[in-house]
Amino acid sequence: MTDTRSITVTVNGERLTGEAEPRMLLVDFLRDELRRTGTHVGCEHGVCGTCTVIIDGDAARSCLMFAVQADGAEISTIEGLATNGEMHPLQKLFSEHHALQCGFCTPGVLMTAMDLVHNSNDHSPDAIRIGMSAALCRCTGYVGIIDAVTEYARQVHGDSGVAGDETGGGRNDG
Amino acid sequence: MAILASLATRQAGDVTMDDGVRRESGGYIGQSVPRREDKNLLLGQGNFVADIQLPGMVHAAFARSPLPHAKIGIVDVTAARAMDGVCFAASGDDVMAALPPINGMQVVTPQGWRDRVDTDILIPDQPLIPNDKLRYVGEAFALVVADSRYIAEDALELIEPDLEPLQPLPDAESALVDGAPLVHEHLGRNVAAFLHAKKGAGAEGLEVAPHRLKRRFVHHRYAAMPMECRGVVADYDTRTDTLTIWSSTQVVHWVRREVATALGMPEERVRCIAPDVGGGFGGKGHVYPEDILVAWLAREIGRPVKWVEDRHEHILNAAHSRDNIYDVEIGFDDDGKILALTSSFLVDSGAYTPVGAGIAGNSIAHMLGPYHIENYETDCKVVLTNRTPNAPYRGAGRPEVGFAMERSVDLVANYLGLDPAEVRFRNMIPPEDMPYEVGLTYRDGVAMVYDSGDYPKALRRALAELGGLETIRQRQKDALAEGRYLGLGLGCYVEGTGVGPFEGATVKIDPTGKIMVATGACPQGQGHETIFAQFAADMWQVPIDDVFVTVADTGHVSQGYGTIASRSTVTASGAIKLATDAVHEKVFAIAANLLETAETDLELRDAGVGVKGVPDMHVSYRDIATAAKPGWGHQRPDGVVAGLESTSYYEPPTVTWSYAANATLVEVDPETGQIAIEKYVEVHDAGVLVNPKLADGQVKGGLVQGLGGALLEELAYDDHGQLLTGSLMDYLLPSASDVPPLAVIHQETPSPLNAFGVKGLGEGGAIAPPVVIANAVCDALRPFKAELNSTPVRWADVAAFFDQNA
Repeated sequence: MTDTRSITVTVNGERLTGEAEPRMLLVDFLRDELRRTGTHVGCEHGVCGTCTVIIDGDAARSCLMFAVQADGAEISTIEGLATNGEMHPLQKLFSEHHALQCGFCTPGVLMTAMDLVHNSNDHSPDAIRIGMSAALCRCTGYVGIIDAVTEYARQVHGDSGVAGDETGGGRNDG
Repeated sequence: MAILASLATRQAGDVTMDDGVRRESGGYIGQSVPRREDKNLLLGQGNFVADIQLPGMVHAAFARSPLPHAKIGIVDVTAARAMDGVCFAASGDDVMAALPPINGMQVVTPQGWRDRVDTDILIPDQPLIPNDKLRYVGEAFALVVADSRYIAEDALELIEPDLEPLQPLPDAESALVDGAPLVHEHLGRNVAAFLHAKKGAGAEGLEVAPHRLKRRFVHHRYAAMPMECRGVVADYDTRTDTLTIWSSTQVVHWVRREVATALGMPEERVRCIAPDVGGGFGGKGHVYPEDILVAWLAREIGRPVKWVEDRHEHILNAAHSRDNIYDVEIGFDDDGKILALTSSFLVDSGAYTPVGAGIAGNSIAHMLGPYHIENYETDCKVVLTNRTPNAPYRGAGRPEVGFAMERSVDLVANYLGLDPAEVRFRNMIPPEDMPYEVGLTYRDGVAMVYDSGDYPKALRRALAELGGLETIRQRQKDALAEGRYLGLGLGCYVEGTGVGPFEGATVKIDPTGKIMVATGACPQGQGHETIFAQFAADMWQVPIDDVFVTVADTGHVSQGYGTIASRSTVTASGAIKLATDAVHEKVFAIAANLLETAETDLELRDAGVGVKGVPDMHVSYRDIATAAKPGWGHQRPDGVVAGLESTSYYEPPTVTWSYAANATLVEVDPETGQIAIEKYVEVHDAGVLVNPKLADGQVKGGLVQGLGGALLEELAYDDHGQLLTGSLMDYLLPSASDVPPLAVIHQETPSPLNAFGVKGLGEGGAIAPPVVIANAVCDALRPFKAELNSTPVRWADVAAFFDQNA
């Protein structure tokens, strides 16, 4: 490999340094260089959301960013949600609501949900559906995902935070 | 038993269950036991093929055809091979010189089926990398292996193939034109299979029908599209001459067989593991060239080799599905009773047909659905074209034929001015006729008999869930008076599940007394490790945590079949039971010896064997395992051989028949054509549900895939055979905001064909939505006598009806 740069990022509170060519995608840097394989690659063109991580507080597609752009950034991934092996409340809710089957999209779905619940003020059913449409899942039909995220928003913000039109959904973009 | 009793409380959660027929086992079967798979996946500790990194590993990439049909001239890989960081490159010539093609018949159909269904089958073998012609956009013509995927892709840029474009065959009809070029010259025709089947008087039955309708139905091309693309890692060990392959596959034993065949190795020296697999839905249900090529490269180069498909590559190269054209004629009387049905259909198989005529065989067997129809005749051509190969995807021939059939039923109703629900009730097989002999042969070679179920009840409940037929029709009338268009869509199907030929399982008691179970099933998110543990815990009367389940590893069970065709719950549970029965025999014999009592006085309890009615007389499985050991000091009675282990193969007598009734209420917008789904209901019966929550998840996931196929997803080709939808920007998967309120109601009619009363349910959800949506939209547009006889159902087509009638 020629022309690599030294990149330092903080991943889930841990300061890590690795080498990357300028063209290396952030997700490949995380997975192949730093060996943090919890974040997955689904499409490499920014549609599916599987590679979503939180960068400096906001959700972002790590397949649409170069590693060099993330130099110095604080990154949170699925591996950082649990504390001392104890699952995060959102992770527990995912299991309770059968919000995952194959689990491949789950890293991006969880980080999208964290961003939605903690960075947004609107947690109505419609807002949750639209917010979660940033992360595709092929197995579950989203039923358990929506239930788990709604319940998590309720835990974080209380009942008033998730009130809204209960008959949401029913739209399709054909 | 205290542990079991405390767990026996039903944990069905919010799953809507049937209210009468459940068999209370008092054990784990029937409970929504939490998934043991979840924890690792949620913590980010899953292990998918792409996560595997081995010392010295190198990365493969494939050069893929930009043309649908082209003669291959010189493919010079010298420059690529010379590039820094590249360790290997090969053209089709290099590969063809080293490796045979994949046998076209990965699935062997039994003689019984070929005897009873007229067939004329010529399935082409698939070269691993061809050196004569390229037959679809995306077919590989060269490969490169390098230190990183980035470098491998750089090197591909240096391969300039000499390709001479040939006339493309962009679809099935063009391939059947007289004088059309051939996709595979040596076959002498573009038809991989002709099939024909007949029931009763067949087409002659139409002659006496008072009314006849004839229509063409088109079911478009879409695909499984799992979130994880395919991937393979292989590692060759020189010292032991063994290959280990990790493949994102649904069929590890097929991969082992094909790799061993191609590389000339004993199967025992090839181990295939499917680690965590990120969805399959049929698209990973057969062996692909890359499975074999990556294994070969690892042996050839002497380093571990990894190949992970990117999404563009997946859309071009992983199997597509559906893509059928049906010409149907239906004969019926004044009451809407269907007297005869004929269908002549084409399957666009693409350039190869890796699962042979399996999809078409399914379509032939499933057309009559839940209805009693005396006369039926069908013929099919599986047509080779210059599209990506077509292989089963969730439903596998049933959504396509279901679309033709259930649209036809609605057309009969409209013709006679009857309600589509009423026409269905008049033709349905009543529960008292179960088991019902269909009069056709299934593709396992056995005469089709629907084993159990209550089809009319399912439809009644589906309608009730939407408020009841009268209320729906009244709402529709009221809405129309306000200029709003509501439509009711119905769709019913039956589904042969748990198909053979077999599944394997190994069951053993570990020296620690724990129960070890391995099966040939290969899950991709279904929760097999959990449900097979439920089965085994009940069979052994142990806490579920005492059961350890291994799946998808040829190293743990010598013969297996895999997870396709809604089969694993039925077939693997059968294999686990047979193996368990065999070990039970020895366990009882040894326990009788240890407890100095007769076997007939013994029962399984508390993780061991006890004397009935005598609480203190008990030996644990650990003690029994110690007693069963070979060598000095064993405590086996005479004639009992050492060890507590058995491998068994369950060969199901034939398929179990799941079924469902679907109903939806939609509103269409006269301005935009938008189709808003108020609610979608499926009443589903898959026999006894082992884990209701997981079963519910399977059905709902399937429904949303079906809705995607109905409304969003399309693999579109232009007239020259170019794929137009090569990214997820163009190929629209349903997202969370596309999903309507879903109601799934589980009816449970046990199957009489197996010990647990189970039927399969992986595919069912995806079968009906395309026709249910089409029927609903046509119902909404009934004032205009609109007919939508093709998929996907597009807003633009809906809006066009309003424009034409404005």
